[in-house]
Amino acid sequence: MKKVVGIATLLALIMIVTGIINIKFFSPYNIRNILRWVGLFGILSMGEALVIISGGIDLSLGSICGFIGSLLPLLIATHRMNVALALFICFAISLGMGITHGVFVTKLKMQPFIVTLCGLFIYRGVIRFITNDVTQSFGQSFLGLKFMVRGVIPADFWSESARVPSFIETWSIPMPLVIMIFVAVVLWLFLNRSIYGRYLFALGCNERAVRFSGINTDRIIIIAYTISALLGGLAAVLFALYINGSQPSSQGVFFELYAIAGAVIGGCSLRGGEGNILGIILGTAIVRVLYNAINILGIATQLEYAIVGVVILGGVAIDEFVKLYTERRQAKKGS
Amino acid sequence: MGEPVLEVCGICKRFPGIQALNKVHLELYKGEILAVVGENGAGKSTLMKILDGIYSPDKGEILYRGKKITIDSVQTATKLGIALIHQELNLSDNLDIAANVFLGREPCKMGPLRLIDRNRINKDTAKILRRLNVDCSSKTIVKDLPIGQQQMVEIAKALSINACILIMDEPTSSLSKFETVQLFRVMRELKSQGVSIIYVSHRLGEVKEVADRVTVLRDGCNSGDLSREEIDYDRMVKLMVGRNIQKFYRHMQYLTPKPVLEVRDLVVPSSPEHPINLKLHSGEILILAGLVGAGRTELLQTLFGVDKPIGGTILLNGKPIVIKSPGDAIHAGIGFVPEDRRLNGLILEMAVEVNITLAGLKNYQKMKLIRFDQVRSVAKNMIGQLKIRTPSIDQEMQLLSGGNQQKVVLAKWLSLKPRILLLDEPTRGLDVVSKEEIYSLMEKLVSEGVGILMASSEMQEVLGVADRILVMHEGRISGELNQEQFSEEVVVNLTTGGK
Repeated sequence: MKKVVGIATLLALIMIVTGIINIKFFSPYNIRNILRWVGLFGILSMGEALVIISGGIDLSLGSICGFIGSLLPLLIATHRMNVALALFICFAISLGMGITHGVFVTKLKMQPFIVTLCGLFIYRGVIRFITNDVTQSFGQSFLGLKFMVRGVIPADFWSESARVPSFIETWSIPMPLVIMIFVAVVLWLFLNRSIYGRYLFALGCNERAVRFSGINTDRIIIIAYTISALLGGLAAVLFALYINGSQPSSQGVFFELYAIAGAVIGGCSLRGGEGNILGIILGTAIVRVLYNAINILGIATQLEYAIVGVVILGGVAIDEFVKLYTERRQAKKGS
Repeated sequence: MGEPVLEVCGICKRFPGIQALNKVHLELYKGEILAVVGENGAGKSTLMKILDGIYSPDKGEILYRGKKITIDSVQTATKLGIALIHQELNLSDNLDIAANVFLGREPCKMGPLRLIDRNRINKDTAKILRRLNVDCSSKTIVKDLPIGQQQMVEIAKALSINACILIMDEPTSSLSKFETVQLFRVMRELKSQGVSIIYVSHRLGEVKEVADRVTVLRDGCNSGDLSREEIDYDRMVKLMVGRNIQKFYRHMQYLTPKPVLEVRDLVVPSSPEHPINLKLHSGEILILAGLVGAGRTELLQTLFGVDKPIGGTILLNGKPIVIKSPGDAIHAGIGFVPEDRRLNGLILEMAVEVNITLAGLKNYQKMKLIRFDQVRSVAKNMIGQLKIRTPSIDQEMQLLSGGNQQKVVLAKWLSLKPRILLLDEPTRGLDVVSKEEIYSLMEKLVSEGVGILMASSEMQEVLGVADRILVMHEGRISGELNQEQFSEEVVVNLTTGGK
């Protein structure tokens, strides 16, 4: 819990400093924009976090975003496939990717880094081949689907002719955030209230001890990779809808690293066994707010990566420093 | 005897919440083996770490050949010729013996290039190995050595810095009987060469065999010294715990005629050439005796489904069952306390409650959501039943003492009411009092009809606790002893492969 307070403080600090320099940061339009991105990346980070809690890592999420994000417009816009069927295919493929990762990691005892790194290469290569590197687009239709990312509620519930009260219009929430909150609640229940969540945390700390307690740890690990890939597929669909298409060679590149960054800033340990949903969402928010601040403050966009890197490094370093300091003080108090 | 080489006067050391050492006094003479004994938490390790410069004392002084000194770092200790061999060996086992012996002190050649002078370290190491009567090349990779020989590498390391004071913390805890005998021979040899040895141990039988003098610590204080003639088991125990403890744990016999568990021609993957046959009755403690590496752990793990058997039949109450995973074993009513509780038994970073209910969590759920009220009441109940000392059920596992950690592992299984318990060295590393608690718990279980199959390497435990003994040697069962046949000589004979 202490950790979450620390992350929230860091987030607030960045927001206040940005807001002081440029008040436009707090404009409803800008906040809504940030929240939309937090929703999109939050879904990705939470899936990644499950794998990280199990003691592994998933590097394939960015390529899954590229693969599914290009496949969906290819199926429904170019090949005019039934939308429901196309979505079903997309999620089935994500599911298959996740199960494959999990099976390689558990049954063949391969290192998660290697398995998912190969996933990163393979999915990207295959989708570039399938689409022949041609940019995919949804075109002007599929407004219903696009509502899932572009919509804001409750403002969009008003009929087109009616005037939306300005208060509602200002404070409506973008759909991706709504979806993310739904995912977060389900995953919170999974992690903190279900027996699987407890097994997952436990095996992240000491897999052998969990196996020696009669639990099928392989199954739990496979579930973690599967959820990660499924949420990757969901995020892929939303990302593609938001930018109305996808460039197979660049869509989702580096996204796995943002997902890892969000999870790690949010308190997950790469050693496994640690992490909580609220922290992960706040961690994702920090990354997104930083990006936004760089734009709003007119800092050279070439510096983006550098600034994000410095802030992550600083945040994690402060966390470790505080831990060391409190430990030392407790030791002193005791003696 | 002359002047002591090392004299410790009135050392005090406090850790948060505990006075680890309180005015401790100790002296060590040239060419003697001084045993320091005491229960877990008596302050032995703390004292040794102070002598090695890892901790600094709060109060008191250390005299080295009559002169007052401060040992503020391991380097200082090394310079004085004091070497500490830790209970867990500190070797880079991917390197060869010579590299380990000279690690951090490699003699160099070729000036600024600082290439390691391999010839010299090999020659010097070979010389030391000869002194220790170790018959292997200095170029052997440490990983390929048996554990007893690895210990010799540690000793060689100490000798290579010309240590005149050698501190050994529980050196025999992972050695076989044979390796222990070898170690003692080397210790006596070193003693005759004028090296002084401080030997820290739980194993009072070994202390009696090898020590010239004994210093007993209790709760961070000196509780007495014994000279060579005075050393005997009862005296040491009396000083350690301050009272006489019951020496043997003979319980009533609850044998039933039909075995609860029968193993027929079980082929354990690690030694497929010797199929195993055994019968375990309900209400019986059957002990698997043997040396480290005799195949006992492998047998227990196969019975519990951790390793898959290659062939054979396992019968539960006369009916054949298939055990392919720990889950199957648990379903059949079998519990398993593994040898290394920190590695295989516990999740140290998580709460006591999580650890107690881990194996049974499936039973405390509704639609896969945990019933926290049930989980907490089960944990509380088990803590009460086994008298686990913990401030709360939410305490982090690693903050409990060794004995209480082991009780948590037992609690995990007992909460499932098993019919059969497999215990692998359940009292290793525990102090006398914790051991006794585990034994009385076992006795209670047996009286309730549980069958216990337990691997043990401690002779006193084997003879004191068992209803029946099976001896294993190199993967096969080399003998079976009933109560009236129990004798130390016979067991030792069988464990070492004799007839």
